[in-house]
Amino acid sequence: MLLITCPFCGPRNHTEFRYGSDASVSRPADGAPESEWFDYVYMRDNPKGEHEEYWQHALGCRGWIKVCRDTVTHDITEVSFASGHIVQGRQ
Amino acid sequence: MKYSFLSLALNGLSHHRKWKPAWNSPAPKKQYDVVIVGGGGHGLATAYYLARFHGIKNVAVVEKGWIGGGNTGRNTTLIRSNYLLRANALFYEWSLKLWEGLSKELNYNVMFSQRGVLNLAHSDAQRDAYVRRGNAMRVNGIDAQWLDLDQVRKMVPLLECGDRARYPVVGGLLQKRGGVARHDAVAWGYARAASALGVDILQNCECLAIRREGGRVTGLDTSSGFIGAGKVGIAVAGHTSQVAAMAGIRLPIESHVLQACVSEPVKPVIDTVVTYGAGHFYMSQSDKGELVMGGDLDFYNSYSQRGNLPILEHAIACAIQMFPFISRLRMMRHWGGIMDMTMDGSPIISKTPVRNFYINGGWCYGGFKATPASGWVFAHTIAKDEPHELNRDFNLDRFERGYTIDEKGSGPVPSAQ
Repeated sequence: MLLITCPFCGPRNHTEFRYGSDASVSRPADGAPESEWFDYVYMRDNPKGEHEEYWQHALGCRGWIKVCRDTVTHDITEVSFASGHIVQGRQ
Repeated sequence: MKYSFLSLALNGLSHHRKWKPAWNSPAPKKQYDVVIVGGGGHGLATAYYLARFHGIKNVAVVEKGWIGGGNTGRNTTLIRSNYLLRANALFYEWSLKLWEGLSKELNYNVMFSQRGVLNLAHSDAQRDAYVRRGNAMRVNGIDAQWLDLDQVRKMVPLLECGDRARYPVVGGLLQKRGGVARHDAVAWGYARAASALGVDILQNCECLAIRREGGRVTGLDTSSGFIGAGKVGIAVAGHTSQVAAMAGIRLPIESHVLQACVSEPVKPVIDTVVTYGAGHFYMSQSDKGELVMGGDLDFYNSYSQRGNLPILEHAIACAIQMFPFISRLRMMRHWGGIMDMTMDGSPIISKTPVRNFYINGGWCYGGFKATPASGWVFAHTIAKDEPHELNRDFNLDRFERGYTIDEKGSGPVPSAQ
């Protein structure tokens, strides 16, 4: 079980959250070339280790958060609102 | 030595103490024509077909652990070709045909049992979708049969078919030629047959880096030293992104964990494979009597080969809906395997921008049944340096060109495939 510290609601079971996938990709500008859109939609680093990812606290405050989690140990080192300030999460 | 009744009887005379190892474990040579990374079913099948049909016998399979110790030993052994889309249907049907002759081809009993795969439907809409898929299968020359509720009840007597169920069964789509096989035997059979043709199987030999020069691969740095290679193919399941990155290639893949479990062994209760339609769950019974069950991904990126209980609980809830007696059984083993989930749910068997480097991966959770055909077309792709007609559509560039093969129509969300 993952314990995710929602910056608004505090530590909660991961079953309250919806996974929002890789947070290291960013949406290109509207007029960007197709190759950038292709990268954004399809290509992933898929790291074995630290992974920046989005989760939505779907059964809580419904806020989107950004989590840094290790994909091997599942240790969560950082949690922040998707749009801002980083708070210390579970070590 | 050919395995036969005679060889069994002769070895009996020496109390079965003189059997030779089924495959050789030589020291690595300095240079091979082809090196396959990954000694699971797919890698070993590729090496076998390279030697058998393409005359390329100076081949090595490098495996970081022991052969068949990865996803080949972690799957739930289902074999079927009940796909809607033509590229998938033709590919998996060829695989099923190879399965039908595999024990004979390899002189090794892979215990392929065509006990049927039954997909249950629980609503009118689902029935329509299944009948449509069944018709598509028949158009592609694959057997498919719609069973109404009475026929389902007759085929699987212990299934909860009453109208008091939360999601009553309305019928099911049956592929009679589908079934299960013994997963370890597939790896061992291919290894033995490939070894007999001169393929070197190098276990405990991890690929650590891929050396390149001028847009070509020259060989691998492994835990047993440098191994030169004319061509390199990878078939490494959950670690496809990692090994491809060694050759500088980024892929449309996310790795996720998929769990499975078996119950304690019981007397025969189910002689087919049944999939639940109102949740993601399927079950069959092994020859030892264990009920073999699998369900959903854990939905987040993972390389940890262990999963979380909520998903397991969901799978077991489906099991109890279908077969209420399961609630009184104990779970015996539970494990997780790492799936390389592609953005459209279909595999990548392809040439790459690196000229002599080939990728076989992205199997999501359907790799086991594909083993023979995967090896067949990958060997062709490597030997001829062009795709076989059955894997032309599984090219790496399909995502950029807009020709994804999205069987579920769920879009570029790997965990939804």
